[in-house]
Order: sequence, then C-alpha cells, then structure tokens
Amino acid sequence: MQQLILRNKNKIAAASGLLIAVGFASHLLFGQEQVSVVALIIASILGIAPIAIQAYQALRVKVVSIDVLVTIAVGGAFIIKNFEESAIVTFLFLFGAYLEQRTLNKTRSAIKELTEMAPQSAVRLTEDGESEEIDIDDVDVGDLLLVKTGAQVPVDGTVREGSGYINEASITGESVAVGKEIGSKVFAGTILDNGTITIVADRVGEDTTFAKIIELVEEAQDSKSEAERFIDRFAKYYTPLVLLLSAIVWLISRNIELAITILVLGCPGALVIGVPVSNVAGIGNGARHGVLLKGSEVIHDFSRTDVMVFDKTGTLTIGSPTVAATHYYGGDDAMVKSAILSVERQSDHPLARAIVNHLGELALATVDETDVIKGGGIAARVDGKSIIIGNAALIAERGITISDEAASHIRALEEEGNSLVLVALEGVLVALFGIRDQIRSGVEHDLRRLKRLGVKRLILLSGDNQGTVDQVARHLGLTEAHGHMLPEEKAHFVKGLQQEGHIVAFVGDGVNDSPSLALAQVGIAMGSGTDVAIETSEVVLMNSDFSRLPHALGLAKATARNMKQNIVIAVGVVLFLLSMVFFSPWMNMSIGMLVHEGSILVVILNGMRLLRYRPRKLT
Amino acid sequence: MAKATIQLEGLACPSCLQKIEGATKSLNGVVKESVKVLFNAAKVKLDFDQSVVTIGEIEAAITKVGYVVKKSQVKE
Repeated sequence: MQQLILRNKNKIAAASGLLIAVGFASHLLFGQEQVSVVALIIASILGIAPIAIQAYQALRVKVVSIDVLVTIAVGGAFIIKNFEESAIVTFLFLFGAYLEQRTLNKTRSAIKELTEMAPQSAVRLTEDGESEEIDIDDVDVGDLLLVKTGAQVPVDGTVREGSGYINEASITGESVAVGKEIGSKVFAGTILDNGTITIVADRVGEDTTFAKIIELVEEAQDSKSEAERFIDRFAKYYTPLVLLLSAIVWLISRNIELAITILVLGCPGALVIGVPVSNVAGIGNGARHGVLLKGSEVIHDFSRTDVMVFDKTGTLTIGSPTVAATHYYGGDDAMVKSAILSVERQSDHPLARAIVNHLGELALATVDETDVIKGGGIAARVDGKSIIIGNAALIAERGITISDEAASHIRALEEEGNSLVLVALEGVLVALFGIRDQIRSGVEHDLRRLKRLGVKRLILLSGDNQGTVDQVARHLGLTEAHGHMLPEEKAHFVKGLQQEGHIVAFVGDGVNDSPSLALAQVGIAMGSGTDVAIETSEVVLMNSDFSRLPHALGLAKATARNMKQNIVIAVGVVLFLLSMVFFSPWMNMSIGMLVHEGSILVVILNGMRLLRYRPRKLT
Repeated sequence: MAKATIQLEGLACPSCLQKIEGATKSLNGVVKESVKVLFNAAKVKLDFDQSVVTIGEIEAAITKVGYVVKKSQVKE
C-alpha cells in the first residue's frame, strides 16, 4: 500500500491539482460551497498521503525531514478547517517535488551519458576458434576478445591481432581516431571506428580506466566541502528547531494558523539542494570535456588560484627538440654531415635524434671505437678519423680551439635559448648545431586566457638550462622562469609561494609524481588517462591538451560563483519569508510553499546553466 | 567482510540521504563508518559482515524506507 502510494506520487499530485481546480470553480463560479469543501478535503487527503508516509519513514530512522514539517502543518490546517490551505500546500509540495526530480535529472545528465557508455557485453574467442557473446561481468583477465568495426572495446587490453582506428572520446574527451596495432593498449569504453582487432584482457570490471573515471566522477559529485558539511549539520538540527519554534509560538499565541505557517516557511529546501546542484552540474560539464575536477573542495581552491606553476619545459613545448640553426666551419660539408649522421644515429639522446632528423638520408660511413661521455657527448672514429660530438664543455675539455666567429655564433644561439651541439673532426671544430624545443601550438593564447581569468603569476620551473627556460618564458610572456631545478627545489619553491599566501596550482604531466604536485593546493595532471595521474592530482586533464586548462579554470570559477549565488538565494528566501510572517498580513502557508518551491527550482535552474558553460574566447 | 554497491532509482531530496543512512546503519553487521550514500549517483556503498547480515536484508531495509533498489553488487 505504502509503495503503491509513493510510486503514484505524480498521479496523485495531478489528481489533487484537478480537485483543487474543481473546488475553486464550484466556489467562485457556481457558488456551490458544499461541493467546493468536499473537493478540497479529498484533495488534501490524497495529497497528504504520500507526504505522511515519507514523514513516518523518516521518523522511524530518527530523522525530522521536511515531510514531517509539512505533514504537521497540513494536519494543523485540517484542525482549524482551513481546507483551502491544506489542499494547496500539499499540491504545491508534490508538484514541486516532481519538478525537482525532473530538473535534477537534467543536471545529472552529463554523468549519466558517461556511465551509459559503459560496455555491456564482449565477444570471447574460445580455444577452438569459436566466438561467443558474453556478459561484461563474465570477462576474465587473460581472455581473448574480438572487437569488430563499430563495436566498443569491452575491457582494457592489449592488441594481439589486427589493427584499426579507435575513437577514445570516452577516455580523453577528444574525438580523434587513434591508430592501434599489435601491442597497442586499448581502453574499455572506446569505440573501434574501423578495422577488426583481437585483444587480450588486461584489466576488467572496476579496474578498467573507464570504470575508475566514472567512480571518481561519482565520488567527486558527492564530495562535500567544509561549507557544505556545515550546511548539512545545520540542516539536521534546523528542521527540529523549526518544529520547536512553531510549538513555542503556538503555546504563547495559541494561534494555530501562525504556528503552522511557520512550519511551512521554515522548510530548508533550497539551502540543502543549492550547493550540490552547482557541484553536480559543474563536474558534469568538466567530465564531458575531458576535465576531471575532484569535488567541491577542489573547485573552491582552484577558483581562487592566483599563481600557476608549470613543471618542466615539456608542459609548454612539444617535447621533441628540433634543429633551429646550423653553422659549418670549413669545407666538405657532405663528408662532415655523413660522419655526424653515422655517429648520431647510434644514440637515443633527444639532441642526437633531432640532428638525425635534420640531416635526413645520407650515405653512411663506418664507425668504431664509440665512447659515450656521460653529460658531455660522444667520441668515436669514423673511417679512421677521430670525431667528437658534444656540448661546449666537452669540446673545451678536449682542448679544441674555438674561433672568434664560432664563439659569437655560440653566444647568439645560447641567448636564443638553444641547446648547443658542437662537432670536432680530427681536433678541429667543423660544425655547430642550435637545437630548440618547439612551443605547443595555442599555448600562448591559452596562457593569456589564464591571465584573463585572474592568474597573476605564471611560473615555469624546469630542469633545463636557464637559456632555454628564459627563451620559452620570453616567447610566451611568462612572469618568471627558473632553470636547473631539481624536484626538491621545485617543491621548496612552491612552499615558498604558499608561505607568501598564494594559492598555487601546479601543472605537471602526472607521470613522475613530483612532490610539488602533492604540495600545491591544486595539483593538475596533464596525463593521458593514466592511473597514477588520476589518483595523485586534484584536477586531471584527460588528454595532454593544454587548451583544456583555461576551460578547467573558467569552469571552476563559474561553479564556485554559482554555488555562492545559490546560497544567497536560499538563505535570502528563508529570511524573507520568516520576517514576512511577522510583519505582513497577506503571508500564509500557500504563498510560503509557493515561494519555497519556486526558490528550489530557481537554484536548480541556476545550477543547470553550468552544463552549458564554455570558456569565453579572447577577442 | 564484504563490500556492497547498491544502485537505487534516482534520489531527489537530501533527506533521502539521512533516511537511507539511518536505515542501513541500524542493521547489525553493517560497518557504520563505511556507509556512504552517493546522492547524485543514487548509490549506496557499505561494508558488511556476511555471517551476520545478508545483502537481501540490507536491500529490504532500504526498500522499507521507500526507495527502489535497482541492482546490487557484492565483492568479497
């Protein structure tokens, strides 16, 4: 019976609304007082049934819920035979609850879309080559699974056979097809755009990256900040307090009408729902755009960030250095180039790679007696001639003379922020390479947007040499840049900023878990969805896309602002209503309930604006 | 000790949280500190002792305070 009534709450609301209309019509239009009263009484009884059941259920677990307040108030109205009030109040309460449910579902839609992308089934290949469709829960680690074009990758795994292009939007928020071949890692929830692959299951169920992201987002939406926990505690004692207040008012004034009006007006509706709604909508927006914000505390801190620190030059640059300038001293370039290429192609060093890429395909010479000098370069014999390729320190150490011309080139290149590679053949300097990392495209624009969003200082901390760091800083308009920094020194630097009273956001790649990421108020990992990145930081940019950073900051700010607006609306409404009850003659239960339900809808709708948030473009 | 994740139909009012928390915490065998009700995801997560209370009894307690259990998962 109870279940039946609760399940049909919405129909009951509709019926009671209709009866109220009948009641008023017969009273106003036809003067049928008898019919009107009967209709309103039925409407009240219908309407109060589900509310009273909820109140009873709450009381059984020792909770004084809003339902309890409303039930008592309606009971009171019945006693003083004010059926008009009792009918309207119950109707408004039920109808309001219906609208709340509808709109709340909208604010949660972003996350729901995400969870609905979770794979449901998989195609397993048995040992005799047969394929069978199985439930996702039955997939075990080590199973061989078949994924066809258009299908979802069911679990995290490694490609065993075949190749194809996969859309990883569910993990990275970026719908770009990523090529996969034998040995590539694939992730649950991503979609195979074309090709057919067979994968070995590495991680299943709750252990997949996708499941972890969902869990994280779900927990984030419900994580509460200090302020919210306060509101919760407050709300717990607030409803009994309202009950007490109304009892006192009744005892003193003996005015039931006034006492029950206070009960309705005191409902904390919008206050309890306002902040969570902003939180859900904000985090939902982020999740859809590859930005994970871990809860409302994070949103609060992030929105107040005034210093942003970038770890490593690689955060701002592409991370693959290229040759920016070359100088050859002395003739016979072809022979020199071929000698350099022959030696450098044996090395994995990023600078060597840059030179190999720069020189391209050339005839190769025989190399022997290769000797790698740690922190300096490489020495070898090419076709019997001695060759040294390395930095300025190594060249100087080997007693090789540097001409005035070369020295001025070196100075100029260093000032431009190049890393230098010098080449000496048979003890004579023959070539000089200036190698530089390239700035990621759009970074300059994004940094300006960050500044526009209120970040006062943009700081780069890097292990690279000061020249490189300065060059990047100048190019991008960073406030400060410090080179030659070890991880401990970076952490120390962050601590210093915090002691000066700054709120520091630290942007790293999340791969090497530097202490700074943990130390900063907001650790931002620009990971590509790795577990470590997801767990260690407060904000995760799901692909290494730098342009998500302004979106993340702007969203955090908009969400924090939205929460404040909702608190102001909620508190304002309660104060307004309670003061009105004492000073205004027209205030009654029905109007109070109307304003309350209205304010709840207003905060929900206000929260929903966040779902559409987009960072403003620079003009 | 087992871990349960119980998926409910959407929750609308914040007092739902208190009700569900109260209903589950009052059961013997449920670890009180572990009870977590996720309002937005409409999920209840808790640890419980299978020799004292069954998942069915936990579900029944939630149903009794007026919420519909969609499905539940138990991990040992």
